[in-house]
Amino acid sequence: MLQYVVSRILWLIPTLLAMALVTFLVMHATPGSPLDPVAEGANPLSPEAQKNLAAHYGLDRPLHEQFAIFVGKAVRGDFGNSFVYKTRTVREIIVDTFPISLLLGSMALALAIVGGLTLGILAAIYQNRTWDYVSVSLATVGVAVPNFVLAVFLIILFSFVLPLFPTGGWDSPRDWVLPTVALALAPMGIIARFTRASMLEVIRADYTLTARAKGLGEVPVIFKHALKNAFIPVVTLLGPMFAAVGTGSFFVESIFRVPGMGRFFVLSMTGRDYPMIMAVVLTYGAFLAIMNLVVDLLYGVLDPRIRY
Amino acid sequence: MGRAAVAVAVPVDETRIRMSSLWRDGARRLLRNRLALAGGIVVVLLCLVAIFADFLAPLPYTKSNFGRLNEAPSREYPLGTDQLGRDLLSRMIYGARVSMLVGLGAQVIVVLIGVPIGALSGYLGGRMDIFLTRFIDVMYAFPRLLFVILVMSALGAGLMNIFIAIGLTGWVGIARQTRAQVLAIKEKEFVDGARALGAGFGRLLACHILPNALTPIVVAVTFGIPEAIFTEAALSFIGVGINPPTPSWGQMVGEGQQYIRSYWHLCVFPSIAIAITMLSFTFFGDGVRDALGPKLK
Repeated sequence: MLQYVVSRILWLIPTLLAMALVTFLVMHATPGSPLDPVAEGANPLSPEAQKNLAAHYGLDRPLHEQFAIFVGKAVRGDFGNSFVYKTRTVREIIVDTFPISLLLGSMALALAIVGGLTLGILAAIYQNRTWDYVSVSLATVGVAVPNFVLAVFLIILFSFVLPLFPTGGWDSPRDWVLPTVALALAPMGIIARFTRASMLEVIRADYTLTARAKGLGEVPVIFKHALKNAFIPVVTLLGPMFAAVGTGSFFVESIFRVPGMGRFFVLSMTGRDYPMIMAVVLTYGAFLAIMNLVVDLLYGVLDPRIRY
Repeated sequence: MGRAAVAVAVPVDETRIRMSSLWRDGARRLLRNRLALAGGIVVVLLCLVAIFADFLAPLPYTKSNFGRLNEAPSREYPLGTDQLGRDLLSRMIYGARVSMLVGLGAQVIVVLIGVPIGALSGYLGGRMDIFLTRFIDVMYAFPRLLFVILVMSALGAGLMNIFIAIGLTGWVGIARQTRAQVLAIKEKEFVDGARALGAGFGRLLACHILPNALTPIVVAVTFGIPEAIFTEAALSFIGVGINPPTPSWGQMVGEGQQYIRSYWHLCVFPSIAIAITMLSFTFFGDGVRDALGPKLK
C-alpha cells in the first residue's frame, strides 16, 4: 500500500513535466509575440527597446533554457510577472482567483454528488415509473447540453421569468446559486446515470435478497445494504468530475462574470499572456492529477476487495 | 403486453438475422427505438438544412441592415436581428452548416489517425505499444477541452484549425478502443486460420481483424460527433473557434449572452439550436450503441 502511494506520487512528477512541456511548446509555436507592436494596446517599440524587453523577460534565450528556467522557478511557486497586468505577478493573480474557482467548484461538485446520488437512487427504486423518467431525462439534458447553453436557459428562467437570482456577479451568496447549478448539472447527470445502473445491479444481488428475506424494511435495505455497494463504482467517476467542473468553469465564470481563474484563463488566452496561461494550465493540471490520486486511494479504502 | 411480444419475437429474429448480417440486425433494432429514431430524423433534417442553407436562408448571413439593430422577432425577421442588423434566422441556418461540418468532418480525421495507430499498436505490441499506452495516459491526465483551447490559441481561429485541434486530441480515445479490440481478436482461431492459409500482415489486419473490431469504433464515432459539435461551440463561444463573419451557434451564444438583459433573443435561439442538436445526437448515439452491442452499455 505505502509503496503504491509513493510510486503514484512519484508518477505525478513526469506527468506534470510533460504537461508543462506541451503547454510551453504550444505557447511558443504561437504566432504573435507579447512584444508585437501590433498587438492590442501595445506601444510601437523601437528594435532596441524590443531587444531590451526580450532580454529582461528572458525571451531571447534558446527554448530549452527558457523551459529549464521556467520549471526551476515554477517549483518555487514563481511564475513571473503577468504580461497583461504588468504590475501584478502571476502568483498574486492566482492566489486571488483560485479560491473563488475552488469555492464555486466545490459547491458545484457537492451539489452534483448529492443531486446525482438522489436522482440515481430514486430512478433505480422506481424503475420504469415516473421518478425514473424524470431523473433519466434530467440526467440526459445535463450530460448532453453544454453548460453555457444551460446557463443561458437558467438566466432566462430564474432571472427574467422568475426574478429570483441576479444574472451575474459574485458578491453575495445569492449570486452563487445560478453559476453553481449551471456548473453542477453535467456532472450531476453523469453521477445519476451511473448510480442508477449500479443500484439496479445491486438491488438484484443475492445479499440484498438476503437482507429482505431476514425481514428488513425497505429503508435499511436501500441505505445500509444496497447503497454502500452501489456507491463504489460511482467513486471512480469523481476524477473525471473534477476535470468537468474545472474546464466547465471557464464558460460558467465568463457568463456569470465570476472573478475566478477560469475567466482569467479565457482573458489571458486572447492576450497571449504566456506566464499566466502556463500557470493556469499547470495549476489545473496539478490539481486534477492530485485529485485523481486521492480518488484512486479512496477507492481502495472503500472497496476492501481491491489490493495494491 | 408489448414487452412479452418482443421477448418472444427476439430470439427467432436473431438466429435468422445473424446469418444475414450484424448490421441489418442493428438497423432493425435501431428503427424500433422511438427516441433514437426521432433523434436520427432531426439529425437528417439538420444535415439537409446545412446542405441547402443557400436556398433556405431568406437573406445572406453577412447582409446588415443598420436601420434595424437588435430587433425582436417580427414578421419580417422571424427570429429578430443581431447587433449588426443581420437576420438571425439566416445566420442560424448557416450556423447548422458549421456544426454539421465540424461534427462529421472531425470524426473522419479522428478515425483516419486513431484506427491505424490503435490497430498497429495492438497487433504489433512491443515498444510502440508501450509508448502509445504511456502517451494515452498523459493525454488522459490533461483535460481535453483545456488542450483544445491551447492548440486553438496557437493555431488561430478558423474551421481548418478546429479540424486539426479536434483531430490531434480526439484520436486517442478511438486508438485505445481499437487497440483493445485488436488485442482480443488477434488471439482468435479464425485469425490463426487465415494466417495458416498464408494471409499476410496487411490482409490479416484489414480483412480479418478490423471488420470484427468495427462495432465499438462505430459507437465511438457516433458519440464523437456531438462531442466535436460541442467543442466547436465552446471554442467559438470564447472566441477562438470560427472566424467572424461566418456564423456559428456557439459564437452567437457567446456574443449574445453579453446583451442577455436587453436582447434575450440574440442568445436564446442559438442556445435552443445547440441543445436540440446535442440531444438528438445523444439519443441517436444511445440507440446505435444499444442496437449494435447491448454489451457496450
